[in-house]
Amino acid sequence: MIPTDEAGIVAAIQHAAGPLAIQGHGSKLAMLRPVQAAATLSTAGLTGVTFYSPNELVISARAGTTIAELAMVVAKNGQHLIAEPPELGALLGSDQPGTIGGAVAANLSGPRRVAWGAMRDHVMGLRAVNGRGEILRAGGRVLKNVTGLDVCKLLSGSHGTLAVITEVTLKVLPAPERRATLVLKGQPPAHAVAALSAALGSPYAVSGAAWLPADLAALVPSLSWLGGNVTLARLEDFAPSVAYRSERLRAELAEFGAVEMLDDAASAVLWTDIGNVSPLVHAPGAIWKISVRPSQGAGIVAAMQAIGATCMLDWGGGLVWVSGPATAAAHHAVEAATRAAGGVWTVMRAPDPWRSAVAVIPPGPPAMAAIGARVKAAFDPRGILNPGRMVAGA
Amino acid sequence: MIEQPEPLHDVLARRDSIVAGLRRLLPESGVIAEPLRLKPYETDGLSAYRQTPMAVVLPETTEQVAAIMAFCSSEGVRVVPRGAGTSLSGGALPMEDAVVVGLMRMNRILDIDYADRCAVVQAGVTNIGITQAVSARQFFYAPDPSSQLACMIGGNVNMNSGGAHCLRYGVTANNLLGLKIVTVDGQIVDIGGAHLDAAGLDWLGLLTGSEGQLAIVTEVTVRILRSPEGARAMLAAFKSNEIAGACVDSIISSGIIPVALEFMDRPAIHACEAFAHAGYPLDAEAMLIIEVEGSVAEQDDLLGRISAICARHDPISLKVAESAEQSAAIWKGRKGAFGAVGRISPDYLCMDGTIPTSQLPAVLRRIGEMSASYGLQVANIFHAGDGNLHPLIMFDANDPSSFHKAEAFGADILKLCVEVGGCLTGEHGVGVEKRDLMGVQFTEIELDQQRRLKSAFDPGWLLNANKVFPLTAALRAA
Repeated sequence: MIPTDEAGIVAAIQHAAGPLAIQGHGSKLAMLRPVQAAATLSTAGLTGVTFYSPNELVISARAGTTIAELAMVVAKNGQHLIAEPPELGALLGSDQPGTIGGAVAANLSGPRRVAWGAMRDHVMGLRAVNGRGEILRAGGRVLKNVTGLDVCKLLSGSHGTLAVITEVTLKVLPAPERRATLVLKGQPPAHAVAALSAALGSPYAVSGAAWLPADLAALVPSLSWLGGNVTLARLEDFAPSVAYRSERLRAELAEFGAVEMLDDAASAVLWTDIGNVSPLVHAPGAIWKISVRPSQGAGIVAAMQAIGATCMLDWGGGLVWVSGPATAAAHHAVEAATRAAGGVWTVMRAPDPWRSAVAVIPPGPPAMAAIGARVKAAFDPRGILNPGRMVAGA
Repeated sequence: MIEQPEPLHDVLARRDSIVAGLRRLLPESGVIAEPLRLKPYETDGLSAYRQTPMAVVLPETTEQVAAIMAFCSSEGVRVVPRGAGTSLSGGALPMEDAVVVGLMRMNRILDIDYADRCAVVQAGVTNIGITQAVSARQFFYAPDPSSQLACMIGGNVNMNSGGAHCLRYGVTANNLLGLKIVTVDGQIVDIGGAHLDAAGLDWLGLLTGSEGQLAIVTEVTVRILRSPEGARAMLAAFKSNEIAGACVDSIISSGIIPVALEFMDRPAIHACEAFAHAGYPLDAEAMLIIEVEGSVAEQDDLLGRISAICARHDPISLKVAESAEQSAAIWKGRKGAFGAVGRISPDYLCMDGTIPTSQLPAVLRRIGEMSASYGLQVANIFHAGDGNLHPLIMFDANDPSSFHKAEAFGADILKLCVEVGGCLTGEHGVGVEKRDLMGVQFTEIELDQQRRLKSAFDPGWLLNANKVFPLTAALRAA
């Protein structure tokens, strides 16, 4: 079912005889667990910007509006989507575009997340239909709002398991006048994370902090000429600020090695590639995402190398993308390394039977599992919205 | 007086045994049940409402909080969590049959990690205490509510507190990584951690701003940020609210996001100037305080751009601070605003709605009309970047009719905020103050959804049951 308005979503849910697989264009179906449902309910038919007030830094769009379209609309007014939601279709083996509803439902953020917050931090309001077929509005269209329980945050990242998001209202910001990227060459992961920690702990407002091993850097056009591992720090601001800050930051990072600079145009392409995890698009096997205390990022890389997996780091070491064999043994290695580091993993791409059988995200504390089941029932008492998407039987 | 849920009479009848049970869980000084010593806990920052609780407990550890909650839960006793008691919405107002759980003794900073830019602190650490603990290394904790000298991080989490710098740094929710909570039945749970994104449902986001409805927060992992090289303010005064509003629009549309963008109307300017002698222009109808960050050269660049924009809006005066001292002088009046209004009026209500910023001139006009018809003065302070409006309604608490008029005036303003596309509260929370207005913003279906969400955490409605939601028939007749 691909309704073209919210009323159609309501009707589809009210008349559903059984579980519904909830999706936009389906660009992220490869992540988490496959949903066992006879019918699919898509928000891809709900499209278009419904409200945009650039001077108030607020835009609303129906859930099925593509990220690309939304980014273009705000770019025309010199603004950008703050969390730079990535386009993960290629990584996840889909030729479909990501929608803004999907980016919010999955709480997916790009490199800027390390400095400017996650997708969910910029959701000012949304409309959704719960499993009872009721329309819910949460939040609003103003930047500061603490009225009632924050259903916006709960639904952001709930992967369609509580309600079907039909429209989102986002905070946007002026796009930077200029970007630049500082590059350290040849750093092993531990040194890279230390350098990125220094950069992020500087007063220069670093808005991207990533590390790629040599073999992955070679796949990125703007980096391939450098050779070796690369450690990357991005600056974005007015041109005089970027000029000043890149010189200061270069001096501060000198203790870690020689610093190269990438210009505005190269930086724009590079950080889109990092957000979209482009270097791993053609890697065979499974993909995991690990969120961890940044200083633990290097340890995860080492543990993954031991099982023959490849990693790249974003968020100053706090986000580890892992590409490894699609085996239970590899998954258990991911689980063990992540647990030891006090972080969380998410299975992003794996064969269906396999990801039905493993914990695609860590099981939460038992107390929250019980509360979570009651929260699910509070929104979706029949258990028809994306059942089993994150956790088997829930 | 605000309506309270009907006390649970069986709980009141068991008062002595409940207090005795609490005394078995805590050291001598940790349980207060003597009427005179309960006095300080009968109200908070919304001092018009008072209610003495059954008892106050002052735990020092998460384990003690867990024992208290397990006990209260099994005894069916209502609980009201409390930090420093600075809530302006009555978020810590007790109930007659409730135990107040005061977190102020849990005031230790447990860990500071500069490499990973986070700190773990107990709920009773003050907001400013976090920044003070990391300032020697030029770090800070970003949200800065006006009460930051006194208010505690546990309360900040529960109210999702804001401050004057939200446009750049976000509110509390945007600056948290993890929580340690105690559920209503006494289980200790870690939410999030030192990593940026959790997997699974966003419990951290839901608990933030939940006003004590879902759990007790005992520890908080916050993000700490490196301080900018410097900051400087400027002041711009205009002939009308419309012109000042248009100037704000021009600044934002130029691509500049100042770290603070504060608006004051004529009554606010006069009150603050009389109090602080900050050199505010008394002939202006509206004034902006604009702050930027960065190196001195970056500040000069941004303040130059902003001055040029202001100059196109026919300003009465423009004053760019040349030093940190001059910046402080510009801020002095604004930061003293509450005291300043307190000086010209015996009492005032500090309201807290949010409006779309484009609506400011129209909303101020309507507030002016209401002020005339209610016969009560009002001064308006506005976080112009994020639309958060703080009308200060002046009244005389010795005259009950004056207070009731002020409350009605405030309610009318908040309804107006919703009518123009805003919301009832931007940073103070619903508490008891705005509880009965929730139906103005939400449908009954939406409120029921939120109530079911609360029930999922707190099936017996023992946690802060007199707040946030309009009283249901069940709570009225418990």
